[in-house]
Order: sequence, then structure tokens, then C-alpha cells
Amino acid sequence: MRTLTRTIVVALFSLPLMSGIASAYELVMPTLDYRTGPYAPNGIPFANGYGDYLNMLNERDGGINGARISLIPCETGYNTKRGVECYENTKNEGESGALVFQPLSTGITYQLIPKASVDQIPIFSMGYGRTSAANGKVFPWVFNFPATYWSQATVFVQYIAEQEGGMENLKGKKIALVYHNSAYGKEPIRTLESAAEKFGFEFMALPVDHPGQEQKATWLQIRREKPDWVMMWGWGVMNQVAIKEAASIRYPMNRFIGVWWSGSENDVLPAGAAADGYLSGAFHQPGDGFPVHDDIKKHVYDKGMGLGERERIGEVLYNRGMVAAMWSSEAIRKAMEIHGTNEVKGVHVRDGFEALEVDEARLKELGMEGFTIPVKITCENHEGPGQVALQQWDAKAKQWNLVSDFYEPLRDITGPLIAEDSAQYAAENSVTERSCN
Amino acid sequence: MLFFIEVVLSGLMAGIMYSLVALGFVLIFKASGIFNFAQGVMALFAALTLVGLMEKFGFPVWLSIIGTIAVMILLAWLIERLMLRQLVNQEPIILFMATIGLAYVLEGMGDILWGSDVKVLDIGIPQGASDWMLDTFDIYIEKLEVFAAATAATLVVILAIFFQKTRIGRALRAVADDHQAALSVGISLHTIWVIVWSVAGIVALVAGIMWGSKSGVQFSLSLIALKALPVLILGGFTSVPGAIIGGMIIGVGEKVAEVYLGPFVGGAIENWFAYMLALAFLLVRPQGLFGEKIIERV
Repeated sequence: MRTLTRTIVVALFSLPLMSGIASAYELVMPTLDYRTGPYAPNGIPFANGYGDYLNMLNERDGGINGARISLIPCETGYNTKRGVECYENTKNEGESGALVFQPLSTGITYQLIPKASVDQIPIFSMGYGRTSAANGKVFPWVFNFPATYWSQATVFVQYIAEQEGGMENLKGKKIALVYHNSAYGKEPIRTLESAAEKFGFEFMALPVDHPGQEQKATWLQIRREKPDWVMMWGWGVMNQVAIKEAASIRYPMNRFIGVWWSGSENDVLPAGAAADGYLSGAFHQPGDGFPVHDDIKKHVYDKGMGLGERERIGEVLYNRGMVAAMWSSEAIRKAMEIHGTNEVKGVHVRDGFEALEVDEARLKELGMEGFTIPVKITCENHEGPGQVALQQWDAKAKQWNLVSDFYEPLRDITGPLIAEDSAQYAAENSVTERSCN
Repeated sequence: MLFFIEVVLSGLMAGIMYSLVALGFVLIFKASGIFNFAQGVMALFAALTLVGLMEKFGFPVWLSIIGTIAVMILLAWLIERLMLRQLVNQEPIILFMATIGLAYVLEGMGDILWGSDVKVLDIGIPQGASDWMLDTFDIYIEKLEVFAAATAATLVVILAIFFQKTRIGRALRAVADDHQAALSVGISLHTIWVIVWSVAGIVALVAGIMWGSKSGVQFSLSLIALKALPVLILGGFTSVPGAIIGGMIIGVGEKVAEVYLGPFVGGAIENWFAYMLALAFLLVRPQGLFGEKIIERV
């Protein structure tokens, strides 16, 4: 009898450790949202997609391998100081502590990079933040896959070359960059300068101050200089105003390419029909036609737990938040697998990120087949595939469509720049490059 | 030369857009000596209400505008009852801080009532470049900004008539000149405050419509107040024509600086250049171009 009792007790205590069975151990995932302030229209759909996906995992699967996810939202207002406060206030939440941070701001990311290595919490600055963090040897705690701003800039150059009839035809062309005058907006400048030097095109950079409500002077300069192509690294109201201004000066929309943060429904709808043909970078599909969306509707919205409006599921920034949540949760799952426990902490999740592989087969299992590119992260390479496609706005149908294949970045341009910038960071911050052998 | 003319014209038009915001500040400061920090948020709130009435309730444009005016008048009444009345005879800095609080309340209310998404505002104002100007003279001028200039001119005429020719207008000027003296001849300070905040609310609606049509109605609209500040410093806090002229000088100054000076210093200078220009004026005329000279006996 005593043996039977002991067996039952041991079995009961072992239950939480077994995969697929609900445990009391919660996986804390703070979300640095901005649902207020001038950038709220972009922050809200991303936060909704991020939260809805993780809530769907809780409702459908009981979390990740049976451990429920605890979302802790913290409002940053896209303000770097408040973002750092949010980080400090949430990093030790719960038994697990914060498992991963998605800062959703290049400014906040820059501030968190040194803190993350001290606190041993991975930063997943998905497609933003410090580009040279792609070098995992110098930045072991930062991941910026599936592509960086620098990769994206080289993809735009390739797209332009393709439209012009080949790389050799870039010579003598004029390409302008209209950018948000911030750490984020300045990211692609070095890459584009290098590309200009290599391919012989003329490059001009035109900054726009926060928030970008008034850009007349910028577009007058575009009108005077008549660049063959215009790229934009904008955010928030800057995007909407720029697209309207471009339309007003009759700049052809199919020669105007925005970064992936300048390519959401919010950016083009205010310009109406004039935005037709506008292009932007993308690393996932738009729309709600994937099984994962059906699961979110069924397990979250049908239960009245949706964070946003049902009809806005599938918007570009919603999908971006969703894919960020997917990769984060897959990294946690991988960490559980590597360390043989559900009770993972930030230090384990970092290992999960470094061994992350979400291939086509896994995407299919997740209900996201064809939704985004397969990703494989290694110790050295935190950028992953670096591939970027272009999407185009159809104003009549009011929808984005992918109009290109995924391009490989020009690594001969980005590689040396990443090495140089990360080496400079290492020198300035006394970081010893780790070995990945 | 043609391009320079284009830059100047664009500056003039942009300046008038700033003036529309500055006008609201002037009205309240003129009548009550309060620097209303919430003026930009009032423009946002008015525009949000207008779009909300059109989108959520399906009201036609004219009814939505009337409804929004009614909301702004109600808001003015509430501000007087709940805020200003409690702070009579307080230092100007206290009243200024109260308007900072008001800005947060209005922003939060706007968010709760109408949501934070970008809203398209289309009430039939012509938009895009003037094809005639572009095709005939190769000069780029926004139709919306021309419309805004005409609206601003109309507003100034209406306000001038209101202040100079009507009984309420004269009472407003009396209150502006001397609260105590106005009270002693039977002018109700409370009524005057409701009226002036209502008028400022309506001006905020006009500014909100113009800026909302330009960029969509969204919370960054409240930041247009920052564009109005150098205009006020330059034009004077108490002059309606000063707001217009100040706006045009700031508009032209910042555009010319950005286009011709910007490329040599890395660009994005128009925001701070506007303040530099205003500060330079302050050195010469502390009361602004058209502001009243403050003489204090000690």
C-alpha cells in the first residue's frame, strides 16, 4: 500500500514535467506594445497578431508543450525611455522570468542590447534593430532574423536593377532614400552608399524629422532632383504623408519602394487610389487565408478573447506580429527539447533561438505553409536567410500582393559591413568575440 | 528661379496650415491669458469626432460637422465647469498645467471613444496637386493647402467681425484687457470662457479637418501644436493677423532653409530652424510681430 501511495505521489509530482500535460510553470513573455501615441496605428495590429497567436497556443494546445504562456503587456508609446522601463519592470516576472523580448523599436533595441547579455534574456528584434547583431559571435543574445535592413536595401537595389534591365544599367541612375531621422531610419544608409559605389548609381539621402507630418521640403527636392527610384525608411504618419506627397508630385508609385515597416494597409489607405502600385519589402504573405488564421478565429475570437477586431486579422502588421510570435514560441519549444524540461528560462531560450530551424514541413504543421520563408539560425548567423520579397498595393482591391520571388541579399556588400560594425561594437564595449566551433 | 518660387509658395501654404492651429492658441490666450497646451489635442479630438460620426453613425458630412461643433461646445462648457471655474485667480502656470492634464484626458477620451487607428477623412475637399498650375507653369501647389488658405482667410474675417462688431466680441476684448474691470460692468467671466473655448474648439475642428485630410486622422495630429509654437512666438500670442503672418514667415523660412541650407548640414533642419527663426525675432521684438507690448509698473 505504501509503495502504491509513493508511486501515486511520484507520478503526480512528475506530471508537470511531462510534455503535453498542463503544468503550473508559466512561460513569461512580456510584450513591449504601443497602443497609444503617434505610432499606435502601427503598434496595435502588431501587438494584436503577437498576442492572438500566443493566446491561440494557450487555448488550442494548452501553451507550449503543456506549459501555458503568460503574456505581460507593457506600454512603451514607441518611446525608448519607456521601453527600457518596461524591460526593467518585466524582466523578472514570474518563475521563468522574461523568456524573450520583442522590443518593436530600433531605439529600444539599441538600449537593450547591453542589458540582455547581463540579464541573459534573448532579444528578438525581428527585421529591425542593430543590423550587425546578425553576427552571433559578437551579439550572442540578439537575433534579427529573417532579414536585416541592410539585406533588404540590397534586395531593393537588385529589384531596381531587374526593372532597369540588369545590374550594369544601374550606372548613372539616381536613387533617393527618404528616411525617418532616427537610428532606425539611418540604418540602410551605409549599405546604400556601398552599393552606389559598387554599381555606379547616384545616391541621395533625405531625412524627415519625427513624426513626419510635414514633408513638403523633402518632396520638393525629389521634384527638383528627379531620382529614378525612391526608397523610404518610414514609420507611422510619415509613411502616409510621403505616399500622398509622392502622388501629388506625380511620382510613379511603381518606382517608390518602402521598407517593410512602410508597407501596411494603414500607410496606403489614406492616399486612396493614388497609392496604387506602391511597393514595399516583405518577408511574409499578407491576408488571412492560412490555416493558422482559422485557428486564431476558432480558438481565440470565437471565445471572445481576441485582442483586436476579427475583420482585421490578416492585415500586414497583424501577420507580422503573428509570425514574430510563431518564431519566438518555436524557439521556446526548441529550448525545451534541447534542455529536456518545460521549465526553461531566458538562458535556455537563447539556445533554442540558436538551434532554431523552421522549415517548410514545420511551417505546414503550424498552418503556415507558404506564409513565410524557412528559417535556420546558427551560432554565427543570427540573421537567418536574409531573403526579402516585394509586395505591391492594389488600391482597387484594397490589398497587398507579393509581386516578386524572395531575393537573396548581396552578401558581398552586407557581409563586410556587418563584420566591420560588429568589430567596432566589440572594441567599444570590450566584448570578446566568442567561438562558434 | 521657378523652383525658388515653388519653394516659397509651398512655404506660404504650409505656414497657413500652421496658422490654423496657432489661431486656437491665440483666441484662448487673448481672452483668458491661458496658454492652452491642449489645443493640438483639441484639433485631434474634433477630427476624431467628425470621422467617428461619419463612419460609426453614418451621418452625412454636414450633419457630422454640426454634431462635432455641438460636441466642441459641450466640451468647452465642461472645461469651464470642471476646470477653469475651480482655478479662478490662480497663477497662469497653474492654468497652463491644468491644460496639460486636459490634453491627456482628451487624448485618452479620443482613444476610448473612437480608437487609435488611422482614419481616412474625406469630406470632399480637393486634394493632390493643382493640375492647372503643374501643367501650365510647372509649379507644384497642393489644392488642399489652397483650400486651407481660403478657409484661413475666411476665418480671420469672421473672427475680426466677431471681435470688433458683435456685443459678445466686445465683451471678449474687455475680459482680455482686464478681468476685474470687465466683471465690474457685469460681464460674466464664466460665459465668456465658455464662448471663447467654444470658438477655439471650432477653430480646432477646422485645423483638424485640414490636417486630417492631409495625413489621415491619427494621434500624431496632436503634435501639430509643435508647429504652431514658433508661429505664436513670432506672430505674438494675442494677434489673429499675427498668427497668419507669423505662420507664413515660419513656413517660408523653414522650407527655404531645408531646401537650400539643409543639404549642407545633413538635412532635417526645418523643425529646429522654425524655432531659431522665432527666437531671432524674440531678441528684437519680445512680444512678437503683432503682440501687445507688456508694460509692468514696479
